[in-house]
Amino acid sequence: MTEVRVTVDGVNYADDVEPRMLLAQYLRETLGKTGTLIGCDTSNCGACTVSLNGQSVKSCSVLAVQADGAEVTTIEGLARDGTLHPVQEAFRECHGLQCGYCTPGMIMAAVDLLGDNPDPTEQEVREGIEGNLCRCTGYQNIVRAVQSAAKTMKPGAAQPTEQAAPVAGGGN
Amino acid sequence: MTTTAEPTTEIGRARVRKEDQRLITGRSRYTDSITPSGTVHIAVVRSTIARATINSIDKSEAEKAPGVFGVYTAADLGAEEVGLPCAWPITPDQKAPQRPVLANGRVNFSGEGVAVVVARSAAAARDAVELVDVDYEPLDPVLDMEAAAQDGAELVHPDLGSNVSATWVFDSAAAGTGGDVSEAIKAAEADDDQIVVRRRFRQQRLIPAFMEPRSCVVDPTGEQLTIWAATQVPHILRTMTTVTLGVPESKLRVIAPDVGGGFGGKIGVLPEEMLCVLLAQKLGKPVKWTETRSECMLTAHHGRDQIQDLVMAVRKDGTITGFDVHLYADMGAYLGLVGPGVPILGAFMFNAIYKMPALRFTCSNVFTNKTLTDAYRGAGRPEATFAIERMMDEVAVELGRDPVELREQNWIKHDEFPYDTVVGLTYDTGNYEQATQRAMELFDYAGLRREQEERRRSGDPVQLGIGISTFTEMCGLAPSRVLGSLDYGAGGWEAANVRMLATGKVEVTTGASAHGQGHETAFSQIVADKLGVGFDDVEILHGDTQVAPKGLDTYGSRSLVVGGIAIVNAAEKVIEKAKKIAAHLLEASEDDIEFANGQFTVRGTDKGKAIQEIAFAAFMAHDYPEGMEPSLDSDAVFDPENFSFPHGTHLCAMEVDTDTGRVNLRRYVCVDDIGNVINPLIVEGQVHGGLAQGIAQALFEEANYDESGTLVNATFVDYTLPSAADLPSFTTETVSTPSTTNPLGVKGVGEAGTIASTPAIVNGVLDAVRHLGVTEIEMPTTSQRVWRALQVAKGHQAQQTPSDTHSPGAGLGSIDPNNPKGEVQ
Amino acid sequence: MIPAKFDYVRPSSVEEAVSALQQAGEDAKILAGGQSLLPVLRLRMAAPSTVIDLGGIPELKRIGEDDQYVMVGAMATHHEVMRNDLIKQHVELISQATETVADPQVRHRGTLGGALAHADPAGDLGAAALALDAEFVILGSGGTRLVPAAEFFQDYFTTAIGEGEILTMIRFPKYTGWKTHYEKFNRVAQAWSMVAVAVALKVDGGSISEARIGLTNMGNVPIRATGVERALVGQAAGPDVAKAAAEHATEGTSAPSDADAAADYREHLAKVLTGRAVLAAAG
Repeated sequence: MTEVRVTVDGVNYADDVEPRMLLAQYLRETLGKTGTLIGCDTSNCGACTVSLNGQSVKSCSVLAVQADGAEVTTIEGLARDGTLHPVQEAFRECHGLQCGYCTPGMIMAAVDLLGDNPDPTEQEVREGIEGNLCRCTGYQNIVRAVQSAAKTMKPGAAQPTEQAAPVAGGGN
Repeated sequence: MTTTAEPTTEIGRARVRKEDQRLITGRSRYTDSITPSGTVHIAVVRSTIARATINSIDKSEAEKAPGVFGVYTAADLGAEEVGLPCAWPITPDQKAPQRPVLANGRVNFSGEGVAVVVARSAAAARDAVELVDVDYEPLDPVLDMEAAAQDGAELVHPDLGSNVSATWVFDSAAAGTGGDVSEAIKAAEADDDQIVVRRRFRQQRLIPAFMEPRSCVVDPTGEQLTIWAATQVPHILRTMTTVTLGVPESKLRVIAPDVGGGFGGKIGVLPEEMLCVLLAQKLGKPVKWTETRSECMLTAHHGRDQIQDLVMAVRKDGTITGFDVHLYADMGAYLGLVGPGVPILGAFMFNAIYKMPALRFTCSNVFTNKTLTDAYRGAGRPEATFAIERMMDEVAVELGRDPVELREQNWIKHDEFPYDTVVGLTYDTGNYEQATQRAMELFDYAGLRREQEERRRSGDPVQLGIGISTFTEMCGLAPSRVLGSLDYGAGGWEAANVRMLATGKVEVTTGASAHGQGHETAFSQIVADKLGVGFDDVEILHGDTQVAPKGLDTYGSRSLVVGGIAIVNAAEKVIEKAKKIAAHLLEASEDDIEFANGQFTVRGTDKGKAIQEIAFAAFMAHDYPEGMEPSLDSDAVFDPENFSFPHGTHLCAMEVDTDTGRVNLRRYVCVDDIGNVINPLIVEGQVHGGLAQGIAQALFEEANYDESGTLVNATFVDYTLPSAADLPSFTTETVSTPSTTNPLGVKGVGEAGTIASTPAIVNGVLDAVRHLGVTEIEMPTTSQRVWRALQVAKGHQAQQTPSDTHSPGAGLGSIDPNNPKGEVQ
Repeated sequence: MIPAKFDYVRPSSVEEAVSALQQAGEDAKILAGGQSLLPVLRLRMAAPSTVIDLGGIPELKRIGEDDQYVMVGAMATHHEVMRNDLIKQHVELISQATETVADPQVRHRGTLGGALAHADPAGDLGAAALALDAEFVILGSGGTRLVPAAEFFQDYFTTAIGEGEILTMIRFPKYTGWKTHYEKFNRVAQAWSMVAVAVALKVDGGSISEARIGLTNMGNVPIRATGVERALVGQAAGPDVAKAAAEHATEGTSAPSDADAAADYREHLAKVLTGRAVLAAAG
């Protein structure tokens, strides 16, 4: 067992874990953060994408012990003070999800993409989320959602008038 | 408690989905996220060999491993006689092997379960799997379905005496729905004014590749065994668990919580699910199984995998006179729940939108040592649509006709509906002219044909092809009597229950279990309109046999056109009951009560009561009519009278880089007629996703086995699903000729995009390179296949054909001078 | 799936790492970015007794320069390499090849040193490193040695890094002002290179004075297309010159055959892509 100290969605944790435990498993099984999902074993699908020290990573391809000392944000920690992140809001408004399984990873990847490139073209969005597979949507509405979120997030852009319902993230 | 209801017009509104709030915040509940206290985990020891006898299984090391509760074979569980169900015996003499929960002495495909480990954690179970030593005696695998179907072939199941499970025939002459195909072909062969076009197409094997790996938790700690499963079919799973293991149905509760996609891939009854039940009963503890992606690729059922031999007789004026279809369908090693019937679902679609005087369909279902096949989005109908839509292009080429024009010549005209087809179906509505005209406008068909001609003339290394598919499909499975006539092991009805709660809210249960389709939203819109209540006041409950006890689940684009109608009918009954109470309370005759927008009013007066008030009155039950029960709650079971026949015209522009063979989908336009639309946003999403899957069959995906019977695409590294970067945005529109066979006028949409798009893409790829001498490219049309086809064509040209040969095709040429009769063997 | 059990060591200096590696013996694996290693462990295609994580050694992430070289620490991530101005300025081919590696998440974790030490013949960085005559700084108990790229790649997944040794740095001679391009061909965006071509050209007064070309996935190791290089030198880069030179692209290759591409198709692609890459580089 190795100790790992990590901040996840604003809460500090210290746990003894097996070195082989994947960050994705640590989030799901040890912390009960089942909002982060696992879809493959080869780091292709991206369902498990979280933010690790501000960068998107596939948490199935990071050991929990490698996250020692890090700050992790999952889909459950994205909404703040009951307000959805604009990317979350845009996924709903644009019908960017169907079964929802790729969605947490897709949203986390999109958040990272927009942090990097606040005004991406369609092609840049498509390439920016190429590490995340979706089998339901054909990606079109996901791309639309990311571009729509980019507009909302632009400095000075009006916030959406129809504000989100309170978020019940964080629990499970 | 007066409510002033605004007139609701929810149907047709692009409502954002109710389901999304929890899914975008991580507040989801997929099966693997459910772990009751005390849960033990299983992992399956799987064969690495396609075909072998098992000499011995040494469990001793694994049993000693830390955290291991036990290691079991079928014999250890007393399950040697257990066979997983096949609910579709397509012929009375269908050969059906026992499909064991764990191998009994021999394995028949790579990935088949041999033993199961139960341990404290999934990791410990997985560790122990590596310690189980299985001694196999390998046998030569049977891998080629066509060879396997021949007499004298090595047998997958020697006791069955043949690899052909069943041969199913439909003959329009025998059925009395059309003429004799053999006669039509014979006549064409003897007639200079007719041609006979023969083609062989291959439908490669696909993997459904839903994003959520399959998972199951069985909790035996209550009076009912509770099964959570990543399944499309909780109700069927419950019944089939009873059929398979003998657990009384009343002792089973099945819950499909959030389910991460299915596409047909989650309509099975799984060996692992049955193992979890057996082990939960044996150990008295909750038992959990979650597969890895590799296990999923290897063992979850595959789709498609057919060889199609097609013969079409056509007059030189373009009129089809007969179509003879012969299929081999690879079942894999065993028969899945509905696997044998999948090709049969296609039998009625080979005539598609065309008027054909004679059609014969013959399908041989064949066993091989591969993963079993079963339903995958479209199930039988994509294969049929591919065959006919590719054939229409082939005929157009042979006759030197424009492929759109040839289709139009043969299709059923809008004023000919309802139309009885050559296979005995009645298409209720449709307007192929309308959809095609709109699609051609959006696509700029004429402009792209000009560009194509220009690129051909200039010898551009990037050639342009135009792909067409004017599809229809039968969906909304299905009229129960029709299913009965096809020997399907269940009906096709769907159930609903509508409950008015005391406080005016509405609970609706549906037997259609969603896994991404947006039932909660679309069904809420329907109920809101029918009852005149708020969209947000409606709660749709599904996916739990305790909550929605009756149902036949979700597949075959049936949720709206069958399940939705059941909800409409239940809502009508609520209104009928409420009307009686309203009349009683308003002291009026029931005949004078009118209902609109949630208000019951007395004709010609301003007296009225809202449906919520009636609901409260029924709850209080202080004052209600004699002879009725104080309840508005109503059930309905809807059994459709006909299938639903959506159709559409799909057009694509394909660029082929002739230097590398790379294919690029430049533009995709489709106009679908799915009748009335409940929620255009959801419809658009279904079409987009369907297109992506159909396009992926044409361009990207294929499950391959090597000569030893090992699946070579067992991870997402090798099974190349398209990412966002591999697809363009699509132009999608709908037109509507409302269905006349259901009160909403709706048609199914879930499978349409997948069914339509595959042949459009391949037609487009071929259209780009046909003038270079290419006549066929198997799917997926990878860059290597395209390049190789071009090389072969070049070689052929160098030897036999001058490079400036006038090439037929795409309506821009005439009949190939080298092959004037146009007959191709 | 979860990997088999292993012991985990996270040294905080390269010396500690080397001594940990020697203690752990031949069964140990170095964990750099883990983007290939972790999937391999999860699929249980490897089960090392010890995993030595280089993630705790800050000096391995440094990117710097001197007069002649750009020095990149082995643990610099693809993302850092892509965004680094020194690399962009002096060895842009590395930036370009790195941009084509996998996807953003993988590039956030994956490292230059890890990718090169993994030596997957379909990996994108080997051909670029070879074309640029990169030098590999390898540390063992006996100290540091410098291995030229031409000797670094030895076979499938096999490099000059010996037992008990660690790749600590890759240094690239500066190619300031060279014209470069990395042309990648794959089946889908997520797929590894079927074939790819790394091109760096020095163009003086309209004609190519020096050419450096590496091929990805045309053999067990990255391959230098010297025949193409020779054919280009002294020529003005144009379609005909590029095409004629590209005919030499298959010299000395031994293209693999797999389900995506048989050897003859790879050979054809190598020529087509080389021609395109030369033209794209020449701009």
